[in-house]
Amino acid sequence: MSLLKLNDLYKTVILEHARAPHHYGQLADVPATTLNNPTCGDVITVQVQVTAEKISRIRFSGQGCTISQASASVMTDVLSGQSVEQAQRLIQAFSKLVIGEKVAEQWTKQLGEAAVLGSVAEFPTRIRCATLAWHAAAQALGEIDE
Amino acid sequence: MNISERRADFPILNTQMNGEPLTYLDNAATTQKPQAVIDAISQYYLHDNANVHRGVYSLAARATDQYEAVRDQVAAFIHAPQRESVFFTRSTTDSLNWVAQTYGEQNLQAGDEIVVTALEHHSNLVPWQQLAQRKQAQLKVIQLTSTGELDWASAQQQITDRTKIVAVAHCSNVLGVTCPIQKLARLAHQHGAIIVVDGAQAVAHQPVNVQTLDADFYAFSGHKLLGPTGVGVLYGKLALLQTLTPAQFGGEMISNVTWEHTEFAPIPQRFEAGTPNISGVIGLGAALTYIQQLGFAAIQTQERQLTAQLLNGLLTFPDVTVYGPQQVAQHGPVVAFNVDGIHPHDVATGLDLAGVAVRAGHHCAQPLMQVLQVPTTVRASVQFYNSAADIARFLAALQAVKEFFQQ
Repeated sequence: MSLLKLNDLYKTVILEHARAPHHYGQLADVPATTLNNPTCGDVITVQVQVTAEKISRIRFSGQGCTISQASASVMTDVLSGQSVEQAQRLIQAFSKLVIGEKVAEQWTKQLGEAAVLGSVAEFPTRIRCATLAWHAAAQALGEIDE
Repeated sequence: MNISERRADFPILNTQMNGEPLTYLDNAATTQKPQAVIDAISQYYLHDNANVHRGVYSLAARATDQYEAVRDQVAAFIHAPQRESVFFTRSTTDSLNWVAQTYGEQNLQAGDEIVVTALEHHSNLVPWQQLAQRKQAQLKVIQLTSTGELDWASAQQQITDRTKIVAVAHCSNVLGVTCPIQKLARLAHQHGAIIVVDGAQAVAHQPVNVQTLDADFYAFSGHKLLGPTGVGVLYGKLALLQTLTPAQFGGEMISNVTWEHTEFAPIPQRFEAGTPNISGVIGLGAALTYIQQLGFAAIQTQERQLTAQLLNGLLTFPDVTVYGPQQVAQHGPVVAFNVDGIHPHDVATGLDLAGVAVRAGHHCAQPLMQVLQVPTTVRASVQFYNSAADIARFLAALQAVKEFFQQ
């Protein structure tokens, strides 16, 4: 049965992140950026704390599907410790990857586990699930920049 | 009903999705179209295309005759007392907005009340909410019982002498319940209010008689009734329509125009400004013919069997929650559910890979999701052309999806 294709989207690493997400929670005294996916009603809140131009702490919270939760979790791993500029580049690279655009190897390497989500490009209706947290992080970083 | 013959009438049902036979269970979103509807639309463009109500030539007369014949057909289908009570819109949403922007705008005053129910689709909620804000009127909500049916005590409490409009869905697009329209109409009328009925989820599944229901307005779409998208219907009581000034102006809806003054065309042309969706209306006519030939007795027998198989099948899973009534007798052809620990989108993606099309999301009823205390649900909805094999494939795929995510 073609249900085996589920493995293409829901790779083990994604299922693991969704079951036990990293950096899940809230930070006191750090502004929160909340985005929702209007098609499904999922909501994700991202908080980014920048110290000496580097992301010192990052958290996410909210409810969502396996893809949106796992994507948020891997994102917090990837962005932790990055400079604001580098984080923004990584977010751009991820956004390209999930819509099936070619991304230089240096970026897929740095995206690490997040690059696994590139398979979502084959599931067009789920791309927004994968990008929700990353859009929220981009917005949060943009607000810090200003 | 010979199911395999009926399925052959719908070419898309014989196609595949993700390498599996298409199992289409999102009928509450839109129904598939029989060949007869597809043919009627292409026949119109191949042989009869002209604008309506304008040309003096024979082709235009033919187009006008076909278009107006569907008005008669719709009037008969919903048992409207006269054809003038029926006019064509873009959709149910368009019809409901029309009532808010025309009847509501012209009759509502500050302090008046509009009453809706907790199970409304956004299209029968947001137009009233916005109207209430514009008019400084109050929007009130009739609550549901624990099984998702209308709470009659709440209806009696919410509808008062200040109520001007009661807006209610004939059938829920989530819970599969039917609202007691006749009873609500009586209550609304006792308090001097009108009742506006969203019939989108009803018209394909049961005979509708707007006179028995005593609905003041009744709205529905063509595309949930085997017809094409982009055409809707609004029925209004003639005495009410006669009091209303059109909200849209232009061609088609006038009888005489000078620089200073316009005389409007008689009802219903008065409310059909501009070139209408002629091919859509003709397609709707073919859809109604198809349904009438089949007959609601046969449709309901088949749909009740499918609903029983679907609902009872879902209830055998201990980790599945079905929203709305748990008994088939109270349940229409729409079943919303969730699987413990698996997000509706993940369920729907898994089913998609098995060729099964269901809806996952808030079903354009976000306030109802709040009442149910869930962010979203999965929804499977049947039409007479579904087979027992469709439901069996759905239930087997759901079992496989559960096993995958719960491994």
